[in-house]
Amino acid sequence: MTFYEGIITITIVSVATMLTRFLPFLIFKSGKLQSGYMNYVGRALPPAVFAMLVIYCFKGMSFAAPSGFLSQLIATAVVVILHLAFRRTLLSVAAGTAVYLLLVNLFFV
Amino acid sequence: MKNTKKANKSVHLSALKAAFPHTVPIMAGFLFLGASYGVLMASEGFSFLYPMATSILVFAGSMEFALAGLLLGGFDPLSALILTLMINSRHIFYGISMIDKYKGMGLKKIYMIFSLCDETFSVAYTAEPPPTVDRGWFTFYISLLDHSYWVIGATLGGIFGSLIPLGIVGFDFAMTALFVVILLEQLMKEGNLLFVIIGGLSSVLALLVFGQDSFIIPAMLLMLLAIVLTRSVVDKDKSQREEPS
Repeated sequence: MTFYEGIITITIVSVATMLTRFLPFLIFKSGKLQSGYMNYVGRALPPAVFAMLVIYCFKGMSFAAPSGFLSQLIATAVVVILHLAFRRTLLSVAAGTAVYLLLVNLFFV
Repeated sequence: MKNTKKANKSVHLSALKAAFPHTVPIMAGFLFLGASYGVLMASEGFSFLYPMATSILVFAGSMEFALAGLLLGGFDPLSALILTLMINSRHIFYGISMIDKYKGMGLKKIYMIFSLCDETFSVAYTAEPPPTVDRGWFTFYISLLDHSYWVIGATLGGIFGSLIPLGIVGFDFAMTALFVVILLEQLMKEGNLLFVIIGGLSSVLALLVFGQDSFIIPAMLLMLLAIVLTRSVVDKDKSQREEPS
């Protein structure tokens, strides 16, 4: 991607993000949602999208050799266990990333 | 003249003072996650100006991490657009909830809408200013403080991230960890399991069929379709709860 393509991509992401924030203020007069359908999609999308994003993060995993997936698997397990135990986002993310950094840089080079 | 100016100043100061304590829990999180984003960008070879600019202009955490991935891949404006709309679709519902609260707040409302991220929403929706404090400015300063923490974190991460020795890889795992945590939080909410399964299955299926470079759009279309189709099932469940299925 060239410099200008990067600028265009950032602009698109920025404008699209603004769109999701300004749209309701532009089209709805009050905070009472008229359509149960919108409510339903709005409730369903976030969990589905974050499941997709997790898959997106793991898309490059390869099962041909242990180095292709073991670090990610172990570090993800650390994140899940810590988060279920303490439910502190910072702790889970920091510890998981630290474990991953150690694994990929020291053990699975 | 002088008196109005003075009164104006105290309106701002009292609103800022009242807003700050509500943002302290967010400060730690935003400084750290913002810094992780900055370090990630630096480790991929971007100048600190990138995380600084994107944290000012986009200010949606998970989208910025995803943006790092977009910038590293090939130029694909359509995917960027659709991915952004899907990831940020939840903002629409924050906005709807804030329409009445933000009514009649003048020009500062534009900035408050622009910077309405998940964390700011959760504080601005629930926090009550003391009776002597102007509600509009109170909410404005919550938004501004949260935004500042994120920009400061991302910029510092971008600056100091470049000091990390070359050859150390794996900072991108901060993004994976963050998404895993958010997904766990989503799973803890009742009734979300079905949607997580839909999202996961659609993505895996699309990944297997279309490959890792072009699976996002098919995955999202598949997911939307499945969500729309399951609505009747979910609703039927509600109306026929007594019947065994």
